[in-house]
Amino acid sequence: MSTVQQPTDVDVPAAGDTAGIGQAFRDYLARVRGGDIGSLPAVLGLIALVILFSALEGSTFLSIFNFANLINQSAAIIVLAMGLIFVLLLGEIDLSAGYAAGTAAAVLAVTLTNWGWSWPLALAAALLTGVVIGFVIGLLVARLGIPSFVVTLAMFLALQGLMLLIIGEGGTIPIRDDAILVIMNGNMPVWLGWVLALVIVAGFALSTFLAIQRRRKAGLPAEAMSVWAAKVVALAVLIGVATYLLNQERQLPNAKITIQGVPWVVPVILVLLVGLTFILQRTGFGRHVYAVGGNREAARRAGINVKGLMITCFIFCSTLAAVAGVLLASRDNSVSPTTGGAQTLLFAVGAAVIGGTSLFGGRGKIRDAVIGGLVIAVIANGLPLITQQSGIQFVVTGLVLLVAASVDAISRRRASATGA
Amino acid sequence: MTTDTPLLSLKGINKSFGPVHVLRDVDLDVRAGRVTALVGDNGAGKSTLIKGVAGIYPFDSGQVLFEGSPVSIGGPKQANALGIEVVYQDLALCDNLDVVHNMFLGREVKSGVTLDETSMEKKAAETLKGLSVRTLKSLRQQVSSLSGGQRQTVAIARAVLWNSKLVILDEPTAALGVAQTEQVLALVRRLADNGLGVILISHNMNDVAAVADDIACLYLGRMAAQVEASEVDNRQVVELITTGRSGDLGLQPEVAAAGGAV
Repeated sequence: MSTVQQPTDVDVPAAGDTAGIGQAFRDYLARVRGGDIGSLPAVLGLIALVILFSALEGSTFLSIFNFANLINQSAAIIVLAMGLIFVLLLGEIDLSAGYAAGTAAAVLAVTLTNWGWSWPLALAAALLTGVVIGFVIGLLVARLGIPSFVVTLAMFLALQGLMLLIIGEGGTIPIRDDAILVIMNGNMPVWLGWVLALVIVAGFALSTFLAIQRRRKAGLPAEAMSVWAAKVVALAVLIGVATYLLNQERQLPNAKITIQGVPWVVPVILVLLVGLTFILQRTGFGRHVYAVGGNREAARRAGINVKGLMITCFIFCSTLAAVAGVLLASRDNSVSPTTGGAQTLLFAVGAAVIGGTSLFGGRGKIRDAVIGGLVIAVIANGLPLITQQSGIQFVVTGLVLLVAASVDAISRRRASATGA
Repeated sequence: MTTDTPLLSLKGINKSFGPVHVLRDVDLDVRAGRVTALVGDNGAGKSTLIKGVAGIYPFDSGQVLFEGSPVSIGGPKQANALGIEVVYQDLALCDNLDVVHNMFLGREVKSGVTLDETSMEKKAAETLKGLSVRTLKSLRQQVSSLSGGQRQTVAIARAVLWNSKLVILDEPTAALGVAQTEQVLALVRRLADNGLGVILISHNMNDVAAVADDIACLYLGRMAAQVEASEVDNRQVVELITTGRSGDLGLQPEVAAAGGAV
């Protein structure tokens, strides 16, 4: 028998807490150096862009009206990117998500305006359209084994055609239903905005506090209370400032009606953010999505139904695309053949990747969509204030996406290098 | 240490793939609390034998006794239910998940719809402690940040987590450096000392000499010999592997020669 070697590393998890904010910060730095870079570049990029545009074109870019505008511009891209993250986590791609959004929007418009359905029915029909599209894509990819790139490229073309057929000769179908229009055009009352802010901060504080207590009770190392408090305060300040700004009067001084309050689309995005994050981080299904993205063969051997899981992820993607389609229809007050077309999909993929989701699969979070979507919207919103040349805008957006993809590839290399 | 009934006992196992007769009348006994090294050259049938025990495919004929009673292992799930776990050479770990997630992959503990992270982490920590593993900084670090030896440790700990009785290790030290090999072998030894039956597949005679209690040597699909490790030396084992016999041990000369001619 061989002699038992004296381990040189630190002991396995000693019970007790991490030692305060300084330690937590050092741990975070170590993780970033190890390749677990997350949303850090996107957050830094967002701050840098805001500073840049404020310095160059402060009065316009920083105006309160523009802040609400940013949310409006990014909402559909954010929701589309949330769906794409499910597929990207598997290491797959969905190029047809933009037109899935368009097709769902067309179904919404036809049922609502042409057929006179009530809005809940029309909304259900639009979402069901997304479910069916995702199911078809998932079947073709998982069962037949066609690469998702090819399947969704074909769907990209086919859905574009299907959308034209649904919309018909008219070209553009207006949306007149108030319930649908209010999502992107209406604002919450000022008091409700503050209630929402309070609920978010209190909910975050309580849920994280309970998690820490649970770990303590089980004798596992838990986050220090100082770190917890710092996080809660940071979130409270962020949410508080955003709510305060959105609750300011955005109308021109001499106008008669007032525009103020948090746009209704914000709670929609928050519900999706919290719900989908819960699914991916706290349920067995979510865990298996990451496992399949990390090592498909290992997941299969662990008894995970890989094919069923892939189909479910494509359904999530297309259904969230349908939600994005509803947002687009609401924003434009109409649905036309270009809804969900042009760069919508590329912006959404860009948002996910910029936010920190890996194109190689297995790495990414739902919040990446929000952060990346805001970066894209800031560029799309800020650049026209500086230059009118749309050529420059395309080039800059492309470069930002390339930088994000490079960061992804480099951090992936670091992660495997440090494991040696 | 030796108990009377072997934990796993294979009798007269045959397995063919089409015209290729891979295993011929193989007998093997694995006892609890002992490390049984399964050695043999490439193509001797080690993997086929192991995959049959793991339930990947059925044997054509022969009897499998587990804890003294005959069983038929119809699939990997059934093997797991009996308490048989296999650690394959590629480990089958997800780099992007942490140690706890990997140990419970596919068999997560849940409370309602949510994952019960605290009880999983607790159980993982207990299992690692039971194996005297002290080389992991945190159970929440991603597997991608672990060294080869630490990965092997996680894979083995995963196999032990489920009250398993028989752990089969396929070339656990093949990709490791000297110090890490030492650590993994010590871990293998501890598995047996904790009362588990261990089958260790290895090409490395030093590893076999270091931890094995029994040595079973396959030669071209036949069990050349199953002997106590203390009764043979390195040279004899190598002879058994390469020619199927060594002195009085091993196959009859004509069988060995016939086998070699196939």
